[in-house]
Amino acid sequence: MSDLPPEQVPDGVPITINGKELVAEKGELIIDAAERHGVYIPRFCYHPRMRPVGMCRMCICEVDTGRGPALLPTCMLECTPGMVVNTESPVTAKAQEGVLEFLLINHPLDCPVCDKGGECPLQDQTFAYGPGESRYIEEKRHKEKPIAISDLVLLDRERCILCDRCTRFAKEVAGDPLIHFMHRGNNTEVNVFPDEPFASYFSGNTAQICPVGALTTTTYRFRARPWDLEVTESTCQTCGVGCRLAIDSSRDQVLRYEGVDIDPVNWGWLCDKGRFNFQAIQSEDRLRNPLLKGPNGFEVITWGQAMRRAADMLSEALSSTGPDGIGIVGGARLTNESAYAWAKLAKGVLGTDNVDARLGDELPHELVLGVPKATIDEVCRPGGTILYFGPDPKEELPVLYLRLRHAVIQDSATLIEVSPVRTGLTPLARHFLQHRPGEVHEAVRALIHGIPQGRDGGGVDPAQLGLARAAVEQAAASGSLTVVVGRQSIAESSDWVTDAVATLVRAFPEVKFLTLLRRGNVHGALDMGLAPGLLPGRVALDQARDWYGAAWPTVPAGPGLDTAGILQAAADGKINTLVLLGADPLTDFPDRQLAAQALQKVPQIIAVDLFLNQSVQAADLVLAAAGFSEVEGTATNLEGRVSVLNQKVTPPGTARSDWIIAAELARRLDSDLGLESADDIWGEIEQLAPSHHGVTLDALFAPEAADGIVISTGEPAPGRPPTVRFEPGSPLDPPAPDAYSLRLVANRKLYDLGTFTQASPALANLAPGTKLRVNPYDFERLGVPEGRVLKVKSVRGAISVEVVTDPDVLRGTAAIHVNQPGALVTDLIDARLRVTDIRIEVGEVA
Amino acid sequence: MSRLSTENVEVAREIIARYPRPKSALIPLLHLAQEQDGYVTSEAMAHIAELVGCTPAEVLGTCSFYEMFKLHPVGRYLVNICTNISCMLCGGEELLEHAEKRLGIKAGNTTEDGLFTLEEVECIAACTEAPSLQVNYRYFHKVTHDDFDRLVDDLRAGRLDDEIPPHGTLARVRQSIPSDRRAGIAPPEQVTSEPVWLRNFESPSRAQGAAE
Repeated sequence: MSDLPPEQVPDGVPITINGKELVAEKGELIIDAAERHGVYIPRFCYHPRMRPVGMCRMCICEVDTGRGPALLPTCMLECTPGMVVNTESPVTAKAQEGVLEFLLINHPLDCPVCDKGGECPLQDQTFAYGPGESRYIEEKRHKEKPIAISDLVLLDRERCILCDRCTRFAKEVAGDPLIHFMHRGNNTEVNVFPDEPFASYFSGNTAQICPVGALTTTTYRFRARPWDLEVTESTCQTCGVGCRLAIDSSRDQVLRYEGVDIDPVNWGWLCDKGRFNFQAIQSEDRLRNPLLKGPNGFEVITWGQAMRRAADMLSEALSSTGPDGIGIVGGARLTNESAYAWAKLAKGVLGTDNVDARLGDELPHELVLGVPKATIDEVCRPGGTILYFGPDPKEELPVLYLRLRHAVIQDSATLIEVSPVRTGLTPLARHFLQHRPGEVHEAVRALIHGIPQGRDGGGVDPAQLGLARAAVEQAAASGSLTVVVGRQSIAESSDWVTDAVATLVRAFPEVKFLTLLRRGNVHGALDMGLAPGLLPGRVALDQARDWYGAAWPTVPAGPGLDTAGILQAAADGKINTLVLLGADPLTDFPDRQLAAQALQKVPQIIAVDLFLNQSVQAADLVLAAAGFSEVEGTATNLEGRVSVLNQKVTPPGTARSDWIIAAELARRLDSDLGLESADDIWGEIEQLAPSHHGVTLDALFAPEAADGIVISTGEPAPGRPPTVRFEPGSPLDPPAPDAYSLRLVANRKLYDLGTFTQASPALANLAPGTKLRVNPYDFERLGVPEGRVLKVKSVRGAISVEVVTDPDVLRGTAAIHVNQPGALVTDLIDARLRVTDIRIEVGEVA
Repeated sequence: MSRLSTENVEVAREIIARYPRPKSALIPLLHLAQEQDGYVTSEAMAHIAELVGCTPAEVLGTCSFYEMFKLHPVGRYLVNICTNISCMLCGGEELLEHAEKRLGIKAGNTTEDGLFTLEEVECIAACTEAPSLQVNYRYFHKVTHDDFDRLVDDLRAGRLDDEIPPHGTLARVRQSIPSDRRAGIAPPEQVTSEPVWLRNFESPSRAQGAAE
């Protein structure tokens, strides 16, 4: 667009670069304008996602602003009309040579053993713009070779050229300024405070953006040379955000992930959990072959035997208990294509609707698929107002946290947070409404309509509420309000959040929602119908019965059970065969006791998984599945954005793609899914799934779809069944108070006992453990000193855990992190109850 | 030798309240810590980080930038001898050599009794009085070798205690700014009216007072 004549570009700034007249955008930096027009100005410190600092002086060029040519840093100067830039003049070239000679004075020439060698901006730009030789003959500076500044990142201070990229990232982007320039002048170095490591959730990004080999990751150091790496793009499946990343592999081994900058999602950043859990892919503990449980434990069997056995188990279930005797739990690990194949197998061949990709800790599918959806960009738009009630994004959806942080700090967005506990987001919130657990609906209702007579709005501070109300009202009137919604705590039912959304939908029918999902491809699995009462393409079973009846062998008779229902039915002896489709309910389902009962009671369990995790160990038959980077297909992030996953390495042993397992099972059940490749499956999805109509493979692979395609919740294509809509239910009352108990809030931390984290040696030891946090007032009533292990009881069970005081926890509330070493917190939670009330007793569990 | 003492935390809070942002108090607080312990301890830096709401790394980054903040223990008296051009021409280097012999240490070191740390410094802006030196940043002009010996004896005997407090004390008089004279406690972006002190300054009674 900017190659148009200046008068045709709105706010265009005509400038001249290397004799060529062109039009820069208003406020654009010279370095950016030049790059956009094919002129690359060398740089080290400048990074398009951070504010310029003009630190390295590499980008200085001869610039004439009307006062005669002068050497100026082009990363610090906005284009002004009539500016003349020369990036190739002898003066510029001499300046670049000088800067490089200066930077190389103290930079060690250890390129042959440096991990950055081959992809090093300093090396490349010295080659392209450097003087060729140095006049410096003195001894170079020497410092201790790498020092560990965190568990994951090493710092080699000799190599550092003080570009301020890592320190700027830590302060500006991540908000964890734990690394800083120390000392002055020739002694300047980047370092941490003694015994205060760079323990940021985003530390790996600093190694990626380091323009020299000063920062390296422990997982990649000395593992490969860049010219041996093959690079494939894909989308991270660690959480629902779906960051775009590059899989760097060599000799069929994944060696690292690097963030890829896509504008609508991750801006090039990754969290450390997503970046370093590639280790799990080539873990020694991966399942390599199908296993059958015999009298002496698991035995390796062939795929032929395994498939025959699985088909026998399923047909026996069909004949003895009918389709309702089969339950399928999980599916968030699957690609969209595999999810579709399994949905077709379950609902179209077996005829069971007891299928759920969620593990009782995600949002209801009517809400995820049925509300007007906002993208991350819409939520984070400059000057917008964000109403947030959901999990702590810093712990569960870290890169979304970075985007929200940027929106608030740099783009003057207003954040209103409604939460029972303080989160990583709270310091950014203009208004923080802290409410009692299980009363988010009361707090949101009070936020929209004021506190009703006889209620207290979930216990929020009335003064804060008044300010927040005014902000929401104003934002809703001007159309700048978006809502971010997710599960605040797994110790309570999703009904409260659903009711809060209902209040908002009734009050502001135009407002859009970003629905937060914690696992990789839950959204894709829901899109593909892996939930009870749902069929692929975001349609309800009842409304799409005829549509799918015409295409599939069969369709379930009526809506089935969700995960809690399936596990309860299994515990009651009503499920004959349980399929764990990449699910570990013992670890992930909020009610561990129910999951344990179910796994113990159900006669037959088939598990399709990458690891022999706790729940899979209870299975009778284990099918080894291929995982991320080993399968091709697509995935859908929490916005509903479909992006392409690529296969790069070979699965271990004989592990197979999930959709192939589904297809072969169907064949052995005397049916046929009619699906022969991932592309084939997408073709059928595009044809059949109403919401995905028109999103062809060609469209997905088109260059303009590099950032993925957002499937919106709009009107379906003509002749197809209507997509699900969120229908607000009748308002709920607050949960009954219990003066003798504390109400539990259970949350996750980034690093926990999750399978992928534990299978990655770099991350396995980072789980911080857990303590029960209560208000000092409540603690005082116990009459015991702080820091003791006490017994915590609920109606469901009891655990022993250290109890500490935390003034930020409301009176009557108790907060804890789940899935951490030391305490099985999910023993306390009863999936049938809407809130979890606990009591603390002095003494340990026997 | 650790975190700020209870009394100094009170002083620190008073200092923090003078600034629109707590972090602006970083350097005064580092002086306070140095006054307390003679140098800036790691524990004090971590404590200051807590008080102003930043990370210890940021405190160390600022602290280590400035030569006058010592990150390691120094003597009760920090003797800085200038060898820059004017002093050098008037015998600064010889004075330094003499001082090294007299104290029995090389520049950059501390005497065993922990009383003196000797440093060679660049210009201390007393060129007209060369050769000059500073003891805990208090000036001594046109210093002869005999003057230096007398100075060391006086310091050892405590005869200069009134004039030269131990290293770290910038001034014995503690600055105190009444709350109505402060620049305003709100961050700049929240300030909507002119600062209080400006109003006082421009009020007629005050202008009158100034005229008298």
